Amino acid sequence: MSALTLRNVGKSYGALDIIKGLNLDIRDGEFLVLVGPSGCGKSTLLRMIAGLEEITDGTIAIDDRIVNDLPASKRNLSMVFQSYALYPHMSVRKNLAFGLQNLSMSKDEINRRVDEAARILQIEPLMDRKPRQLSGGQKQRVAIGRCIVREPGLFLFDEPLSNLDAELRVQMRVELAALYRRLKTTMIYVTHDQVEAMTLASRIVVLRAGKIEQVGTPEELYTRPANLFVAGFLGSPKINMLPAMVDGDATAPLAKMADFPAFTLPALSTAARDITICVRPEAIHLDGGEVQATGTIRLVEYLGAERLIHIDLPSGQTLLFHATGPDQHVVGDTLQVGFDLADMHFFDADGVRMEAAIAQAA
Amino acid sequence: MFRFLRRNAAGYVFLSPWLVGFVFLALGPILASLYMSFTRYDMVSPPVWDGLGNYQYMFEHDRRFWKALQVTFTFVAFSVPLRLAMALGVAMLLDKGLRTIGLYRAIFYLPSLLGASIAIALLWREMFGVDGVVNGALAMIGIEGRGWITDPDTSLYTIVILAMWQFGSPMLIFLAGLRGIPRDLYEAAEIDGTSKWRQFWRITLPMLAPVVFFNLVLQTIEAFKTFTSAFIISNGTGAPADSLLFYTVYLFNEAFKFFRMGYASALAWVLLIIIAVFTALAFATSKYWVHYENERD
Repeated sequence: MSALTLRNVGKSYGALDIIKGLNLDIRDGEFLVLVGPSGCGKSTLLRMIAGLEEITDGTIAIDDRIVNDLPASKRNLSMVFQSYALYPHMSVRKNLAFGLQNLSMSKDEINRRVDEAARILQIEPLMDRKPRQLSGGQKQRVAIGRCIVREPGLFLFDEPLSNLDAELRVQMRVELAALYRRLKTTMIYVTHDQVEAMTLASRIVVLRAGKIEQVGTPEELYTRPANLFVAGFLGSPKINMLPAMVDGDATAPLAKMADFPAFTLPALSTAARDITICVRPEAIHLDGGEVQATGTIRLVEYLGAERLIHIDLPSGQTLLFHATGPDQHVVGDTLQVGFDLADMHFFDADGVRMEAAIAQAA
Repeated sequence: MFRFLRRNAAGYVFLSPWLVGFVFLALGPILASLYMSFTRYDMVSPPVWDGLGNYQYMFEHDRRFWKALQVTFTFVAFSVPLRLAMALGVAMLLDKGLRTIGLYRAIFYLPSLLGASIAIALLWREMFGVDGVVNGALAMIGIEGRGWITDPDTSLYTIVILAMWQFGSPMLIFLAGLRGIPRDLYEAAEIDGTSKWRQFWRITLPMLAPVVFFNLVLQTIEAFKTFTSAFIISNGTGAPADSLLFYTVYLFNEAFKFFRMGYASALAWVLLIIIAVFTALAFATSKYWVHYENERD
C-alpha cells in the first residue's frame, strides 16, 4: 500500500495550463476517485502520478519520497488503461506474465502469481486465449490481472469501464469494489461517470478545469456540495437550481424566488443579495413542504419503480421531481409541489456554499 | 445472363478502361509469351514449335542461366533484409513525433524515386569507380580503395548498397504501421519496466508483423525484378565476369540482343514461377509469425 502527496502540482502544454497548483493527500489504502467533466485534467493527473506525463510544477510524493523524476517502472504502481492495453499477439497467460519477466523473478514465482491472479479474477479457463477471443468484460479482468500480479502499492485506473456496455459496467463495478475490499491497496480511479464515483469511492475528488472543486466522501459531496458546480455535477437526476434574492432585515432575512411565496430564512444576517437555492429532485414533495408552488407537467420519464417529472413553473423555470409513489401523473396535469428549508442548499453569487445560512435555516 | 449483364452494366462500363487495358496490354502478351516459351523465335521468321526444348536447354546446358540465378538470389538475400532493416530503422526515427516529419519523409523518400533511374545508376558507377568519391573518402582515412565495380568480388555489393538506399517505399509503409500501434501498449510496458530493446522485440515487431510481411513480399518481388541499376552499371553485359549478370539482364540480352525471344520467354516464365514459389512460401510460413489483430479463430 502507498500514500500519495501532491503539492502545488501543475501541468502546462505551452501557454495552456491543464492542471493548476493542485494539492491533495491520498491516504494509504483508500479508493480515491477523480471525477469531472471531459477535459478537466483528471486523466492527465493520473498519468502524471503514473509517470507517463512530466510534471511542470510542484511535487508528487509516494510514501514521502518525491517521485517527479522517477520513471514509471520505479514507482511501485500499476495501471489499467481505458483501452485495456492488452498485447494482442500474446495469450492471456503471457499478457499476465509479461511485466513480471522484466523483474529478476523465478519462473515458479511468476507462475504462482499469474495463477493466483487468474483465480481471483476467475479467468483460469481463458489463459490460452488471445485478447481478440475475449469479451469486453474478460479483457477488463485480464487488464486488472496484469496489475494484480505485480503486487503494487498503488493501482491506477483510467476510465476502465467506459468501453463496456451498461450491464457489464454494473457487473464490473461490483467486482472492482469486491477486489478493493480483498486487496486493500490504494487505488486511484478516473471516471467521468458519477455513479461509478459514488459507488466505488472512499473519497471523491471533483475536478474542473484543472482545479479541485471539492474533496470528500460520496455522502459529504452529495449532502453538502461545496459549490454550485459540485451540486450540479453529482446527483442524477440533476439538482434543481432556483435563483433567489435575500432581502429584509438581518434578524429575519426574506428569500424571494419566482413562482414561490417569499419565505423567511431564520437569522440569516446578510444584506440583500443574489443567491441560488438548490433542491434535489427527491426532496420535492407533492402537496406538501414548507415552500410550495404550482406547476404544469411537461414531461414524465417512466423509469420503472420511479418516474422523473418535469414541471414547468409559471415563470418558465423547470422543476425536476423524483416521484416514487403510486400516483399516475399525466402531461398537462397541474401539480402542487414544495420542499422544506432543511433540504435546501444555498449558494452565493459566486456559487460558493453558504454554510451559515443553511445551519441557521435548519 | 442478359439480366445479369443489364443489372451490372454500369459496373462493367466503369471497369472497361482497366479491362481493355488488361486484356490487350497484359493478358494477351502474357499468353503470347507462354506460347513463345515453347518455340524458337528470332522475331524475324515465324515461331517454330520446340516443345520443352527451351526449358531443357536452360536447366541442362545453360551455365549463364545458373550464374544469373546465383547472382540474383545473392542480391535478393542481401538487399531485401538490408533494405527492410534500413526502412524500419528510419521509420522508427521518424515516428518520434517530429514537427517537420513531412519534410523528412519527403527527403528520405526521394532516393526511391530517383534510385531506379538511369542517372543514379550512372552516378553510382562513378562513385564506386577507381577514381570515385568512395575511394577518395577512404584515401582520406588512409585506406587504399579498389575498383569496387570492376572487381567481381565486390561489384554486386555496390548494387546491394544502392538497393538499400532506396528504402523510401517500405519506410512509408512501416511508418504507417508504427503509427497504428496503440501508444498505451508502450505505456503499459513502460510501467512494467520493459526496456526499449525488449519493447522493440516483444511489442513493435510482432505488432508490425503484417506490415513486415507485406513489405517482405513486395520487396522480394522487386528485388527479383531488379534491372536498371545492374544493366547500366555493367554496361548491359553483366560484367565483370558475369558478377552483375542479374536474371533480368540475362533475359533482356537473350531477347533484345541475341533475338532469342522464345528462350527469353521461357526465362521469364521461370522467373515468374520462382517469384510465385517465394511468395507462396512467405504466405505459408506467415501463420507462424504474422499476427492479425482482427482475424477470427
